[in-house]
Amino acid sequence: MTLQECYAAMGGDYEGVLGRMRSEKMIQKFVLKFLNDGSYDLLLQSMKEENYEEAFRAAHTIKGVCQNLGFDRLYQSSSQLSEALRNGFTPEAPALAEQVGTDYQQTTEVIRTFQEGLAG
Amino acid sequence: MTWHKVSCPASRPLERCTHTRLIEGVIHIYKEQKQKRKQKILVADDSEMNRSILADMLEDEYEIIEAENGVEAVSILQKLGAEISLVLLDIVMPEMDGFGVLNVMNQRHWIEDIPVIMISAESAPAHVERAYEQGITDFISRPFDALIVHRRVINTILLYAKQKKLIGLVEDQIYEKERNSTLMVDILSHIVEFRNGESGMHVLHVRTLTEMVLQHLIQKTSQYQISPADISIISTASALHDIGKIAIPEDILNKPGKLTDEEFQIMKSHTTAGAKLLEDLPFHQSEPLIKITYQICRWHHERYDGRGYPDGLKGDEIPISAQVVALADVYDALTSVRCYKPAFTHEKAIEMILDGQCGTFNPLLMDCLREISDRIATELNDVNPVKSEEREMRSFTLDLLRHDELTASERTLRLLEHERMKYNFFAAMTQEIQFEYTCSPAMVTLSAWGAEKLGLPEIVMDPLEDKKVLEMFCDDGLTGLSEALRRSTPEKPVVTFNTQLKVNGEERWHRIVARATWSADEPPQFTGAIGKVLDVHDSRMKLDALERMASHDTLTGLLNHAYAKAAILKRLEETPTEHFALAILDLDYFKSANDTYGHMFGDSVLKYMADRLRHSVRSGDIVARVGGDEFLIFLECRTDALAVIDRIYKSLLGQYEDFTISISMGVARTELVGVDYEELFHAADQALYTVKRSGRGQYRFYDNTMNKMLSVISPIDGSEAETAETE
Repeated sequence: MTLQECYAAMGGDYEGVLGRMRSEKMIQKFVLKFLNDGSYDLLLQSMKEENYEEAFRAAHTIKGVCQNLGFDRLYQSSSQLSEALRNGFTPEAPALAEQVGTDYQQTTEVIRTFQEGLAG
Repeated sequence: MTWHKVSCPASRPLERCTHTRLIEGVIHIYKEQKQKRKQKILVADDSEMNRSILADMLEDEYEIIEAENGVEAVSILQKLGAEISLVLLDIVMPEMDGFGVLNVMNQRHWIEDIPVIMISAESAPAHVERAYEQGITDFISRPFDALIVHRRVINTILLYAKQKKLIGLVEDQIYEKERNSTLMVDILSHIVEFRNGESGMHVLHVRTLTEMVLQHLIQKTSQYQISPADISIISTASALHDIGKIAIPEDILNKPGKLTDEEFQIMKSHTTAGAKLLEDLPFHQSEPLIKITYQICRWHHERYDGRGYPDGLKGDEIPISAQVVALADVYDALTSVRCYKPAFTHEKAIEMILDGQCGTFNPLLMDCLREISDRIATELNDVNPVKSEEREMRSFTLDLLRHDELTASERTLRLLEHERMKYNFFAAMTQEIQFEYTCSPAMVTLSAWGAEKLGLPEIVMDPLEDKKVLEMFCDDGLTGLSEALRRSTPEKPVVTFNTQLKVNGEERWHRIVARATWSADEPPQFTGAIGKVLDVHDSRMKLDALERMASHDTLTGLLNHAYAKAAILKRLEETPTEHFALAILDLDYFKSANDTYGHMFGDSVLKYMADRLRHSVRSGDIVARVGGDEFLIFLECRTDALAVIDRIYKSLLGQYEDFTISISMGVARTELVGVDYEELFHAADQALYTVKRSGRGQYRFYDNTMNKMLSVISPIDGSEAETAETE
């Protein structure tokens, strides 16, 4: 799987990120690094603990990172979630968090497949 | 040795060798310096991903320092100050967000020296606007373009460096520029006068008079909103009031007799001609000097009653600049010789103007003229080109002084930077816990060593509510400290406060010496404090031990007589209505035990007795050793004193090794004797004596029959007989 295919599979914008970062090597480095980013775990945990202020920050961070890396699908859902949590809990937040979870799983799975391809 | 081709055929190998070495050396130094001078960029973002993306883009040229929240960012800024060339700041962060950081940077004036670029996914206009208002240089929204970030960082850093250099350059050049432009104006106006056959003094007089009238006017009223800078511009511009005369034919200009109507019409056109000249200037149209000169040229022949020329403006329709110059012009015309008239005296001229013989003027300006009339005569007499040069010199010096101020402030900044470095160095060297607390923003900054010692971060926001800080202060030490500081005054701001602090899980006594800072407001506001924290645990423990040693009997560990007395006095004083009993007891046949088994054994018996005593009384009671084998018990007996004493007495009896413990005891009660210690003690002593006389081995309460008894109490040093006999 190429990096470009990886982006296509996760619903990302490869052209966009290439335009900004200008180096495939750099994009690849940060795409792989995304797997180790703790923001999603933090989001899950703070949602569970009903610490919505922390959850907002975590969603916001995911949004920022995805925006930079052009992970558009996850960017969309995390962006919606962070807006829903900006001033504390709202009824739509849990469903949006579900969506972020689905998108996150899907995105990281694609990246893992891509990573395995590199190793092999 | 191999040589690169050096196009230097004439040089011999040795020379070439030194030459190459030299170049290599220079390159080496250059590289080293470049390395050393790599500028530092602080990246504050809570996401490690985001920080490393930025670091990746910039780390080739810059040293990247990372902070994962606002507090950390502030702490780094605090430590490195202007060594940081740029801050890349995220908005949403834990602990303290980006706006919080900007707040602190503004309060501490760091924002003036350290540029900030905000990077955020928050692109709502309100956020961006707020950030710019707080002094950021640039705002980059996510997702960002590597090239743009790179370019903007370089630009901002260069801009700030250039700006600092330019400030210096501009400072140097401003004076030069101003002097030159005044010179140009003088030359220009002189040309007009030269053609007019005037002395050149007219321009100087008008300028001086204009300045004097305006200075006086702004003291009288603020209705015209004239600043000192405006006065300077108007005075300079006043020299050009007749510049339009350049367009008037010389024969009309210098005609000795009266002008014909037609000639007068032409003469009048010098106002509009001057205005047109300025209007047609192809550049500098927005310069205040040009605008003011235009007003003066066009309207310095208008009259306050509306009967002047060229536009017939009335009252304050005429700009104040033109009104003042018109007045000055008329005055100087009156006091000078003209081809059509002789010179009038100062007094005459003033009189004519005030009488309204030479046109109508703004009543306010007439007042000014009248009020400064005396000064006008002397000042204008003084006006000559040389004097004027002196005036120029004076203002030049003033300018220089002002200029010095600017350089001084730069020097001050350097000195401050030096002080900061010195402070940081000594703070690190002295190994002291030093702190600075500010109320707004509520934060405490600790010296690096102090922070490590206390196990706290160097910067703690809202310390009064911080969990770690609260845990460190035992009980309500923190509240006590902050209350003590707030109770201090600007005159006596230093507070010493002793408290226990839990450091590394161990509670230790500390002394906090702090100086409260008060604002210069009326009334003064408490703004914070600086101070240090000293660990006084060991010396305090030593003191405690010394005190203990002084108050306790070393053999038995019971209180000694003097301290027991002090403690009893305190109790009697505190609760005088309570019922107390004081018992004095001694060991029967103790002397023979000493004699039979030796002093070591005797001491053991005493220790054993002390133990039993301690166990037989309640914790609030007082037990002491008051003599060789004599002990004292002081206790509260609310109910039945007899039963209590009986219980204690019986619990003391028994056997210590081969020695049978028999005790004689005398008891005195406050109910009968009163609350005077001496009397109480004396009564118990007499009761004990009674027991001794009647065969020992029992206890008795004091009653009035024992009044005349002797004392048995001996001091600890053993001179038993002496005390017994003196009573």
